[in-house]
Amino acid sequence: MAGSNKTNMTPPRWLLAELTYSCPLQCPYCSNPIDYAKYQSELDTEDWKRVLTQARKMGAVQLGFSGGEPLTRKDLPELVKHARDLGYYSNLITSGYGLTEEKIIQLKEAGLDHIQVSIQASSQELNDHIAGTASFQHKKEVAHLVKKHGYPMVLCVVIHRENIHQMPQILEMAEELGADYLELANTQYYGWAHANRDLLLPTKEQFEQAEQIAQAFKEKVAGKMKIYYVVPDFYEDRPKACMNGWGTTFLTIAPDGVALPCHSARELPGLDCPNVKEYSVEQIWNESKAFNFFRGFEWMKEPCSSCDEKEKDFGGCRCQAYLLSGDMYAADPVCSKSPNHHVIQEAIDSAKASALADNEKPLIFRNSKNSRLLS
Amino acid sequence: MSINPKQTIKFSSMHRLQWEEVQQKDVILYPEGMVELNQSSAEILKMCDGTRNLAQIVTDLEQKFATTGLANDITAFLEVALKNGWIQQN
Repeated sequence: MAGSNKTNMTPPRWLLAELTYSCPLQCPYCSNPIDYAKYQSELDTEDWKRVLTQARKMGAVQLGFSGGEPLTRKDLPELVKHARDLGYYSNLITSGYGLTEEKIIQLKEAGLDHIQVSIQASSQELNDHIAGTASFQHKKEVAHLVKKHGYPMVLCVVIHRENIHQMPQILEMAEELGADYLELANTQYYGWAHANRDLLLPTKEQFEQAEQIAQAFKEKVAGKMKIYYVVPDFYEDRPKACMNGWGTTFLTIAPDGVALPCHSARELPGLDCPNVKEYSVEQIWNESKAFNFFRGFEWMKEPCSSCDEKEKDFGGCRCQAYLLSGDMYAADPVCSKSPNHHVIQEAIDSAKASALADNEKPLIFRNSKNSRLLS
Repeated sequence: MSINPKQTIKFSSMHRLQWEEVQQKDVILYPEGMVELNQSSAEILKMCDGTRNLAQIVTDLEQKFATTGLANDITAFLEVALKNGWIQQN
């Protein structure tokens, strides 16, 4: 492993445990890698327990059980219990598919702190279309059960061109379901969302209208419901402070045990992301090439390296720089100072042209068959 | 929304207050977030166990730290805590 050369290293605070890539849903904006189907192996229960223990010892405290659909792992209650014993604050990030009242009680007893249920739209027809699975009614039932059993209920809706017009109804639904937190996540264009961008990216007018509605709602429900609004960075002129800075806060472990500084980092070339089967979390965090790659500011090119905002946004997202400019060291093209900034407008124009075309191509749904076809 | 002086104050069941060994700090944990507390904020929140009202919290803390005149600071912090949903009444 490469030696550590960075000062001021901070320990991980957030651990995202992607327990599996298997999922009964087929959302076309899934953040899993396009080629997920080739990663068949999964860590076993003991591997996960060891990882949780090691990361907790370093200071990780927020834990997300994610996937794929984490409920497909039979050892989930055992892992939840282990996490609770260690003092994690744990979150189940689920589609709700396969979640029964019995399981909700079992997970509560094991020490799960909250459940984040995703809903794809405010109508059954659109939800089931986007999810690629008939799931709307069940998701609503799950949301009620989550509340009934005393969990904080976090409702997550990913926003894109197919559902952005439903913003008022989505907010109404969140209120009706008694959500304590509502995450309105504008699609981030990585993985499957990148492949489907022409069909998912809304126009600026659509964004602005939806945002206005969401902001007004936020004021209306202040004190009752918290709204997390994930900004659509294609319509910003400065990039997001991705991951709060590389290797400073977030640690993702993929189903096969590969440790990633962000859940998309698997797409970047030459990082040699280490596996928890071979190294401890401490070695990975402190010493691995991957986690040190974009730590600090030395890796930066112009216009980032002399930019007075570099400590605010860290040059934006490395994965987005790579996906949109082919250069993972470049400034995030979202930034108006980036020489590649024009690719953002081109993407917006291309999506608009696709929306206006007579024969718009169909969405590519996230499933193993498409994964194999595309990779 | 402000503190009702007659009612007892309880830490929210939707949040968790916890000592973090690595950070040597108490923190509040909730979905998607964490707040790091300084020592005095943590001491105030630990008093919010559903048995004391505002005046009793002030008295008990003044006794614990052998001091007086904490009422204003404690009230101001608890108003913030209530607004953030960290504590509840009833």
